[in-house]
Amino acid sequence: MAEPILAVSGLVKRFGGVVATDNVHFDVTRGEIHAVIGPNGAGKTTFVAQIAGQLRPDAGRIVFAGEDVTRLSGPQRSQRGLARSFQITSVFRDLSALANVALAIQAHAGHSFRLWRRADRDAALVEPARAVLADVGLAARAHVKSGNLAHGEQRQLEIAMALATRPKLLLLDEPTAGMGAEDSERMTAFLATLKSRYAMLLIEHDMNAVFALADRITVLVYGRAIATGTPEAIRGNDAVRAAYLGDDMPDRVA
Amino acid sequence: MRATPRLVAIAICLIVLAIVPPVATAMGEPYYLRLFERIMIFAIAAISLDLILGYGGMVSFGHAAYLGIGGYAVAIFSYYGVGSGWVHFPVTIVGSALIALFIGAISLRTSGMYFIMITLAFTQMLYFLGVSLEEYGGDDGINTDRSGFAKLIDLYDPWTLYYFTFGWLLLCLLISWRLVNSRFGMVIRGAFSNETRMQAIGFPTYRYKLAAFAIAGAMCGVAGALLANITEFVTPEYMHWFRSGEIMVMVLLGGMGTLFGPLLGAAVFLLLEEVLKEVTQHWQIIFGPLFVILVLFARRGLWGLIPDREDRDG
Repeated sequence: MAEPILAVSGLVKRFGGVVATDNVHFDVTRGEIHAVIGPNGAGKTTFVAQIAGQLRPDAGRIVFAGEDVTRLSGPQRSQRGLARSFQITSVFRDLSALANVALAIQAHAGHSFRLWRRADRDAALVEPARAVLADVGLAARAHVKSGNLAHGEQRQLEIAMALATRPKLLLLDEPTAGMGAEDSERMTAFLATLKSRYAMLLIEHDMNAVFALADRITVLVYGRAIATGTPEAIRGNDAVRAAYLGDDMPDRVA
Repeated sequence: MRATPRLVAIAICLIVLAIVPPVATAMGEPYYLRLFERIMIFAIAAISLDLILGYGGMVSFGHAAYLGIGGYAVAIFSYYGVGSGWVHFPVTIVGSALIALFIGAISLRTSGMYFIMITLAFTQMLYFLGVSLEEYGGDDGINTDRSGFAKLIDLYDPWTLYYFTFGWLLLCLLISWRLVNSRFGMVIRGAFSNETRMQAIGFPTYRYKLAAFAIAGAMCGVAGALLANITEFVTPEYMHWFRSGEIMVMVLLGGMGTLFGPLLGAAVFLLLEEVLKEVTQHWQIIFGPLFVILVLFARRGLWGLIPDREDRDG
């Protein structure tokens, strides 16, 4: 198999006495959806923050697209093709949906020391932004202030902003967070359409989504990756069952 | 463009400013020239502060520093016999920008309360530097000539001085308007609105914020050079923290994050000061409560009270 797009080795992050990430080895191959699941407090968010560059790991290496990015900042990683969405919706609430996406396009359209021309009439930003919005099904809502969009639409906008950076890897932190069953299914179906085009690291609580989408699943418990494997293998894994104390996860999912 | 109430307000403001000299002369009240010059100068200072405060969320409590730099650029060069405005203004702009770059480079590594305190501390350092420079009058200040522009512009002519100031105000408004709507402006506003998100989509926000800080410093420096020209006198008081506070009040009064708000704020602040001083020497006793009421009930200041047909920034 080709070299993975993302390879994490020996990752460690401590907060005082708590080991939030405990010697994690992890990779995502090109075109793959690799899901990370785990009970609350397992360290999923800390893990994502280190890969995205918001947190510095205490030890370990993060190699992205063949380059060691462990010491690079978040913006630098974004420039190299690593895009993330946030668990808690993080959009520019006072800007229109279109302007939100245009800003993401702008971030990858050279430097922004352009002080004179109006950005909102810049076809080089607005046209690609429209295309991305159409891609996620928000074309009709382009001019609505993003703060006024419905929750599900804001979640779509999150993804749209990530896609607008033309990423090599999508880091999706609970894309269905806070969604009802119906919206959640719609989002899952949408992510499935992206599957062939992007490698994804998917953090998700919604097991239906995880088992529908993931090629591989890694289970994180107390900062440690206790198992990695295909959905079938994870479903049958005793350690995983024990970690989840039998509740919720493996059997209920068909 | 439709004539929204805001456009009408802008037009009225600019027309009023444009006709002050003939009206004041006709009324035999040349003092009004001086008053409106001060309004325009502090409007420039407030517009520049609003760039970083209102649009960029950088609460600089040391913006008066650049008034002092502009003022002393004029006074010190004049002191050594260099009276040319072609020197004064470029030196002011470059000097203020460089000092703002230095102050910004350090203070922008912090945020919140620390940022406020560090910008204040740097300005206090410059203030005491001014006090200690005996050669240039120290505490007492220093008299200065007005900037000369050969035969082109004679700032000793009252009307010329007035329209010279007015020209700078228009230029600053234009620059500010283009800037906040440009790609650069979008980065600054985005970093204020949601910096984590900006970095996640790939913007190294620090360098853009620093550039904005320097541009605002340069613009305020011009206000300082103009102030030195109308008063023909520069003192460390230009840089007093009280001044920084006044400029900030003008921005809040007029409307943070709006283009014309700071102009409105400077005008209302200085006119109220003028009127209330007639009533009592302690005019702040009246101004203070008015300000509090306004800030409590009008989030976008006076400018925000003027209705806009579209839900957009002026």
